[in-house]
Amino acid sequence: MSTIVERIFAEHSKGRVEPGEIIWLDLDVRTARDFGGPNVVKHLKEHYEGDYLENPEKTYFTFDLSVPAKTIKYAINQQICRRFAKETGMKVFDVDAGIGTHVLLEKGIVRPGSTAVGTDSHYNILGAIGAFGQGMGDKDIAFAFKTGRTWFEVPETMKINVEGDYKWPATARDLTFAVMGELGSSGMLGKAAEYYGDAIDRLSLDGRVTLASQTTEMGGIIAFIPPNKEVLSFVEERTGEPVKGVYADKDAQYSEEIDIDVNGLEPLMGTPPKPTNVKPVSELEGMEIDSVFIGSCTNGRYEDMLAAAKVLKGNRVKEGVNLRITPATKEVWLRVIKEGLVDTFIDAGAVVLTNPGCGGCAEGMPGLVGENEVELSTTNRNYPGKQGPGKIYLVSPAVGAASAIKGYLTTPEEVVK
Amino acid sequence: MKPMILRGRIWLITDENGNRFDDIDTDMIFHNKWLYITDISEMGKYAFGNTSGWEDFPEKAKEGDILVVGRNFGAGSSRQQAVDCFRALGIRAIIGESFGAIYKRNVINSGMPLIEAPGIFESGLKSGDVIEVNLETGEIKGNGQVIFRAKPMSKVQMDIYQAGDLFEYGRTAEGKR
Repeated sequence: MSTIVERIFAEHSKGRVEPGEIIWLDLDVRTARDFGGPNVVKHLKEHYEGDYLENPEKTYFTFDLSVPAKTIKYAINQQICRRFAKETGMKVFDVDAGIGTHVLLEKGIVRPGSTAVGTDSHYNILGAIGAFGQGMGDKDIAFAFKTGRTWFEVPETMKINVEGDYKWPATARDLTFAVMGELGSSGMLGKAAEYYGDAIDRLSLDGRVTLASQTTEMGGIIAFIPPNKEVLSFVEERTGEPVKGVYADKDAQYSEEIDIDVNGLEPLMGTPPKPTNVKPVSELEGMEIDSVFIGSCTNGRYEDMLAAAKVLKGNRVKEGVNLRITPATKEVWLRVIKEGLVDTFIDAGAVVLTNPGCGGCAEGMPGLVGENEVELSTTNRNYPGKQGPGKIYLVSPAVGAASAIKGYLTTPEEVVK
Repeated sequence: MKPMILRGRIWLITDENGNRFDDIDTDMIFHNKWLYITDISEMGKYAFGNTSGWEDFPEKAKEGDILVVGRNFGAGSSRQQAVDCFRALGIRAIIGESFGAIYKRNVINSGMPLIEAPGIFESGLKSGDVIEVNLETGEIKGNGQVIFRAKPMSKVQMDIYQAGDLFEYGRTAEGKR
């Protein structure tokens, strides 16, 4: 009678758990980024005398924000982490690797049922494969590095059923917007969720990453997408071992159940001042734009690059608009180059393809906006001032690419015949 | 023993229209351009630096003040600085309608009292009022009268608060269990 989070927590603590209970949770993986990482090192050095890591094999730095370091401060911070790693034997995914959580997925470091924590509020993206991931502050992560565990209140779980058929140009991002519009900024506050329904079953791994990446924007602790065959074989290939999913019991107890219909879904967007302020693209169609950003942990996978390339192929970006593309990881970036997508991007003109990483989410990479700039972005947040003084409208890669060609907000049918 | 009853002047965090200010995210509290800062003494001056109408908060806040905030306060990123910037200013406690999940942990782990008080904005409190908060019972008093009943702090919260912070708590019998 357990939900997924209750099953995972039971396997990583003293046994059966109940919502509301505070438990000590054993952690399979703990990481810190170039943001948060130096603070973690500082806490460890201040509070403990040596023996800083419970297990260096399970502890990683993942640099993904200012990569390579754009400022001296970040260069210093990254070097603090590298030196600490050398001293303790933990591993570093350095400035070439890409977004930490995505690297954990690609390298087979996490699997369904794993528990993992890191200094990244989108760490619950690991729910995409049915793993428990949790973003935490630097004190929490320092404690996790040292002890291999964390205190945690077992959350209640809500069940979200997403049913219905839709076709291009609607994508996983638009399904995600539909869910966010329904739940709002605190619809999942302090809770776990599980997604079910035929529209969820059909999502590819990359689509699942997109959906899971927006859990925090709805206030959620973790949202699990129960792994299907495609996901399990991906994880088996990456871990080199047979892998089983962790699923809820048939009689699991849910705090509430929500049904969302995505039949005939049309392209949607997240309008300022918050990501859950969802509107149909058609409502604002024609709005002039200055720039487009495609990337981030939400839409920086290969499928997203492909979606943009499909729209850009044979077209040119409107003069005066700049389109910036940042793949999530080195693996995606290499594939974009090797499979020729980079040529499509270059031929479309006025396109910047950067090395992998987070994009503009923390001032380290493209995706920032100047005064009065209107940007369409595939990132996950558009809070006022976060990425600069301009306005950010969140859209899918296909809508972003099509609008870059036209110079105004539009849907992809307008440019792909 | 750390005090179980806190007394202080409050700041009711409202928007431009004087209404409850919900969904204040960590980039409004402590903007990402300052994320490289690791020294807590440097963090105070950036508190609420990107929160419309509250940019001058660091100059106005005094040691011992208490924040009263709206729903989903501290949504967004995992940055500890969004808590530490208030600690640097000497803010004694944060009372809120509700909190972002990661933010709530970060406050608790830093040893700062956090009180969940859904509905507090309807209690008639205004900035400058002096209140007394009982951490054990959740009772909030103004002028000696109980004006609101919030949730008492949970056991783990209380244990971490009493120990000092998460690291000290980890050395206690409970924290080693």
